[in-house]
Amino acid sequence: MVNIQEKISKICPSATFEEGQHLLVTVPDKDWYQLAKALKEDADLNFDVLSALVGMDWKDSLGCLYYLTSTKNDWQMLTVKVATEDRQNPMLHSVSDLWKVALFQEREVYDFYGIKFINHPDMRRFFLRNDWVGHPLRKDYDANPELNPIRLTDEADEDKTCSYVEENGKIKKVEGRVFGEDEYVVNFGPQHPSTHGVMRFRTAIDGEVIKKVDVVSGYIHRGIEKLCEDLTYPQTLHFTDRMDYMSAHMNRHCLCMCIEKAMGLEIPRRAQVIRVMMDELMRISSHLLSFGCMTMDLGATTAFFYGFREREQVLDIFDKTCGARMSMNYNVIGGVVADLHPDFVKDVKALCAIMPKRLEEYHKLFTGNIIGQNRTKGVGVLSKEDAINYAITGPSGRASGFACDCRKRHPYAIYNELNFNEVVMTEGDSFARYLLRLKEIEESVKILEQLVDRIPEGEIRAQVPKIIKLPAGRWYQQVEASRGVFGVFIESDGNKNPYRVHFQSPCFNLVGVMDVCCKDHLIADLITIGAALDFVIPDIDR
Amino acid sequence: MFNFGVVTNWINDMLLSVMPQWAATLIECIVIGVILLLLYALLALFYILYERKLCAWFQCRLGPMRVGPWGLLQVFADMFKILIKEIIPLKNTDKFLFGLAPYLVIASSVIMFACLPWGYGLQIIDYNIGILFILAVSSCGVIGILLAGWSSNNKYTLIGAMRSGAQMVSYELSLGLAILTIIVLAGTMNINDLVWAQEDGWFLFKGHVPAFIAFVIYLIAATAETNRGPFDLPEAEHELIAGYHTEYSGIHYGFFYLAEYLNLFVVSGIATLMFLGGWMPLHVPGWEGFNAIMDYIPSVVWFLGKAFFISFVIIWFKWTFPRVRIDQMLAFEWKYLMPFALFNLVLMAVFVALGWHF
Repeated sequence: MVNIQEKISKICPSATFEEGQHLLVTVPDKDWYQLAKALKEDADLNFDVLSALVGMDWKDSLGCLYYLTSTKNDWQMLTVKVATEDRQNPMLHSVSDLWKVALFQEREVYDFYGIKFINHPDMRRFFLRNDWVGHPLRKDYDANPELNPIRLTDEADEDKTCSYVEENGKIKKVEGRVFGEDEYVVNFGPQHPSTHGVMRFRTAIDGEVIKKVDVVSGYIHRGIEKLCEDLTYPQTLHFTDRMDYMSAHMNRHCLCMCIEKAMGLEIPRRAQVIRVMMDELMRISSHLLSFGCMTMDLGATTAFFYGFREREQVLDIFDKTCGARMSMNYNVIGGVVADLHPDFVKDVKALCAIMPKRLEEYHKLFTGNIIGQNRTKGVGVLSKEDAINYAITGPSGRASGFACDCRKRHPYAIYNELNFNEVVMTEGDSFARYLLRLKEIEESVKILEQLVDRIPEGEIRAQVPKIIKLPAGRWYQQVEASRGVFGVFIESDGNKNPYRVHFQSPCFNLVGVMDVCCKDHLIADLITIGAALDFVIPDIDR
Repeated sequence: MFNFGVVTNWINDMLLSVMPQWAATLIECIVIGVILLLLYALLALFYILYERKLCAWFQCRLGPMRVGPWGLLQVFADMFKILIKEIIPLKNTDKFLFGLAPYLVIASSVIMFACLPWGYGLQIIDYNIGILFILAVSSCGVIGILLAGWSSNNKYTLIGAMRSGAQMVSYELSLGLAILTIIVLAGTMNINDLVWAQEDGWFLFKGHVPAFIAFVIYLIAATAETNRGPFDLPEAEHELIAGYHTEYSGIHYGFFYLAEYLNLFVVSGIATLMFLGGWMPLHVPGWEGFNAIMDYIPSVVWFLGKAFFISFVIIWFKWTFPRVRIDQMLAFEWKYLMPFALFNLVLMAVFVALGWHF
């Protein structure tokens, strides 16, 4: 850490440092871009992944926290704080040309905090309508419903965009258009069978060839981060099950761990094991759903039912222990809410026993099929550099050769004691993503087999105080969810409700590469790529 | 074998005995028309149930089970639902063409349906160029689809119509060449003669290798012609919602739906006619006893049985394979299937010229 601190002070003497969970570097905006460039490109620092970008309102100032990860440097993390005191017209320098993932992340921050990013090519709102009044995550936001009534008209100026360009120290607003006048725009969604939810893509096509994809999001945004600010910590938990509902256990595990870490709470071993087993069951069910939906999007409806047949078995296990098939609400701060059902061990063993045979069936049905291979091989190729640049994690990132499994890189719970492989492929196309998920099911089965006979006796929940208050400070916790690294950021001011909660969802980054992956492919490939990336919309629209 | 011609001739004679020729013909036309349309509707209902049940069994499901025993009445319920549904009038569509399109599609389908040889003596139209007539009429259906896609004034339908136009025009070549291969073998285009030519063995067996290749080519091209999976791109529901008929509702949508299922039956019927002997029972030269037993099975049962079997194979395709992509589909047709069909035609000509067939 000292080494990094010295290096940064050399590059940017105005930086100040603060120890914490990760080293926090505070830089003024004028030096930020220069430091960012050095952080990314310097051979010793090499922070090549922008893991999270959190917009913040500190009341006296507005700004961002950048969580950077270095893949080459032992997955070390660093936090950078950049702030501006101008509340009327806040502006920061964009880093979207260094970390492409910031293209969408900065638009989200602009949407919710009104911070304009200089040199960002497309400074539109991301979730809210263009005619929305105010920026809702600011602490001084006026939530008067008369300002933002339910509008029944179409959004005006949908095609207009703008960017703020710096020229000779002066900032100039440049108007632009998303699509040119003569482009033929075909709209997919928000009501479309293959966008896997309420997602909208506007595509410029030439014949059947896609030239550009514009992602329009926010149709089911629920403002979870804003809602959390008014709730106590235990009350915030249930939102996580409703983000990526296919990673409900992992998401909730992550938020619980983040709070437990802040409280300094020790979790009973039985609870840890149960949590990990539930996570892996969830992963199996999620990958089965992903397999099913992808094959169905490619027209192989039968494979979909085969995938769902086994998923049903996993959901039955959840049903017995958690009392629900979706939105399980199982993890709580300190452990899990209820003990395992007596049938749990038997059911998990039955699942582990049949899975290898079923996987073989899937391979016979779809993997070996020549039409299926023609449809997926070489479609939507994402290079390793792009995967890192766009912070694509999870199966989609690993299919591009980016070994980013959080269970290996930042082991949590009891993952460091377990024996499993991180599946990594190098092709980076839709077929690799598809195949990788099926292989990950095997690994999850392996983990379950290791644990199912070794569930220790004991408490399922640690003793927690009636009213949970976190000490002032900030925490960031990551887990490996079904679709990638899921991060939870909590900033506390010592009260019983959080000052700011941010959920860094993997799917948000996944839609960011739709444009890159789909360019010069056919309309049919848009569906393939979307299905292979496998984003879940509620995870994007948090 | 019972000749149904005896019955029809008897009816004809009876009518002629009480009325002049023109009145008899008129009555016969009306009766046959009504029977045809009724059969068309009933067969469509059967096919919908057939596919739903088959698809369910392929997918480890039971299919419709609630309405009637084993869900047998489900299709009737569906039919009544679609009949009483409102036809939603749309703004900014070409009203005339929009209304015309489903009728074009269903008309071409009904005319093809009328050409099939149902049984011994059960044939409505018998031209000397019968099979050519069927091919010609089948091409008219695509006009309806193109019109539907264009007049709906919707980008999805337009893309669907473009795809379907490209697909149907392309695969018609292979379809035609496969049928031509058999015509070379049979030496006739008359449907009745084609059936009788297979009395001593179906063309599939008589024609050696080229007939078998033609059969496979025909099955692939026919699947594409009927817009069924894996070639269901014109209405690929995961890409284009419902393709060319996205904007249709009520019975207009029902017409497309009906025509789709009946086209499945029609192409199966033509495959039966060209390769599996039409209504002709399975005869093996020399096995007189066997042939006599086979003749006891009515010719209608033979025809329907064979047609349903071919339909089963095509349905099996659909519920097994993923959908192909438009460029791959066209490349497959123009680069592989069509040249191969042409080569096969030459091969058949050689076989026939040298007398290598049975």
